[in-house]
Amino acid sequence: MQSLKKTQWIGLKTIIRKEITRFSRIWMQTLLPPAITMSLYFILFSTILGPRIGEMAGFDYIQFIAPGIIMMSVITNSYSNVVSSFFGAKFQRHIEEILVAPVSNEIILLGYVVGGVCRGIAIGFLVTLVALFFTDLSIHSYTVTFAVVLLTSTLFSLCGFLNAVFARSFDDISIVPTFILAPMTYLGGVFYSVDLLPSFWYQVSLFNPILYMVNAFRYGMLGHSDINVTYALLAIVTFVVLLTIICLDILKRGTGLRT
Amino acid sequence: MIFNPPALQMTNLRKTYRGRVTALRGVSLTVQEGDFFALLGPNGAGKSTAIGIISSLVLKTAGEIKIFGVDVDKEFSQAKSLIGVVPQEINFNQFETVNDIILNQAGYYGIDRPDAQKRAEKILKQTQLWDRRDEISRNLSGGMKRRLMISRALIHEPRLLILDEPTAGVDIEVRRSMWKFLTDLNKSGTTIILTTHYLEEAESLCRNIAIIDKGEIVENTSMQLLLRKLGAESFIFDCTSSISTLSKLGDHQIRKLDDHRFEVTVNQGENLNTVFEELSKSGIKIQSMRNKSNRLEELFLGLVAESA
Repeated sequence: MQSLKKTQWIGLKTIIRKEITRFSRIWMQTLLPPAITMSLYFILFSTILGPRIGEMAGFDYIQFIAPGIIMMSVITNSYSNVVSSFFGAKFQRHIEEILVAPVSNEIILLGYVVGGVCRGIAIGFLVTLVALFFTDLSIHSYTVTFAVVLLTSTLFSLCGFLNAVFARSFDDISIVPTFILAPMTYLGGVFYSVDLLPSFWYQVSLFNPILYMVNAFRYGMLGHSDINVTYALLAIVTFVVLLTIICLDILKRGTGLRT
Repeated sequence: MIFNPPALQMTNLRKTYRGRVTALRGVSLTVQEGDFFALLGPNGAGKSTAIGIISSLVLKTAGEIKIFGVDVDKEFSQAKSLIGVVPQEINFNQFETVNDIILNQAGYYGIDRPDAQKRAEKILKQTQLWDRRDEISRNLSGGMKRRLMISRALIHEPRLLILDEPTAGVDIEVRRSMWKFLTDLNKSGTTIILTTHYLEEAESLCRNIAIIDKGEIVENTSMQLLLRKLGAESFIFDCTSSISTLSKLGDHQIRKLDDHRFEVTVNQGENLNTVFEELSKSGIKIQSMRNKSNRLEELFLGLVAESA
């Protein structure tokens, strides 16, 4: 009998391959729409509204919002990849293929999260390419940029996983993205500097985790952030650790998966 | 002397669902290695719950399960590698190809791709799905879907195969071919546990049987001993001439099915000689004779009624 580590490693590769194949196969639904939507943002803000708004924090408006738009697409796509794939597997019951096999809970979670991260990064890359048609982008800190993309897509993949585990219908997987994720993203400093906000709303914004991700990523690309980047990175890491513990505990209990 | 642990050993298995419904009330069951075992019971008896617990899809409330001596709770990875499960409902990805479904399942069991591809070819040829390997699974017929589920469950060569109503909803031809496949598989050394509603299926395939009702085992014995418990056996006669004048055959009462067919019930200790003698006297020629196939059904209904 082969070693347990090898079994788990092959199990992990299988889940990741399956996830990447899934979103690549349906690229018309997964890769193309965000690229088109984000292109529309860039067209709107670079040619029509941007020049009227002027500069933001010392940058052209389109340059200022580009990192936020990239981060917004990473967040929504990491989340939606895991939530739709895992809930789909639950709905069609083929998640049972993995649950009856000797794949550990850690590997199941890691496999789906890596799938979400891969889609998030793929979309992030596509949107960056689109952005380059409209503005000049340079990277101020490669380490911060890649760390933020990786951690943020991991965090929202975990969120998607959690949503999928508790969801009982397709309505349940659209509630969080529509009513929670979208408002938090739009109010997370993607399109504006929080320094512009009145004191009360500034304080309220500090409770929005997406603000930290957008600003940390903006720092990575432009070298500018409304908030302390170290705090932002620490906050993201803390959320990732916390959600990983919660997801593993839920898998161990079998909530939503085993009766 | 070498001691072989049983293929399955369930001890005092209990399951109470959250809604306080008790599905299993301390079920203990042993299935020996190499057996072809039937687990029968009416709807809601606890069969699928028991299978769900063995395959880890259902969490038990109490009890212990060992697969070939391996404790499912303590060595879950090793125990799972020994089992293959074919569930009642179709549960593969309807958007994936046959080949991908099999290869992915192999991967979950730690079989690398080159080896998995070889195994997939072998098993898909055995289940006559090799020519359909690139087909999207939702396009398969009902019988093919069932065979795909069996192929998937066998890709890691489990020593114990559990099938939950594997032939439900498939036509007679497919059912018969599946029976042959399963019989050959059992002969090659795989222990098989089968739940079925087709009692004829259990009677044809299985050597040992347990009947479960309301979460309890009400009978656990060999098929032969169980059938011997029947007090009477019924036979159906097909005659070449009309039986319209026939009312009784010796001491045996007959039940006419139509103008050429009748049914005779023979009690324990009686024989059929007098039936043949009387038919000869009446000049009625017999074309064929067969057992009425619902013997087990009668017994099953009797046992379930007793436990009510």
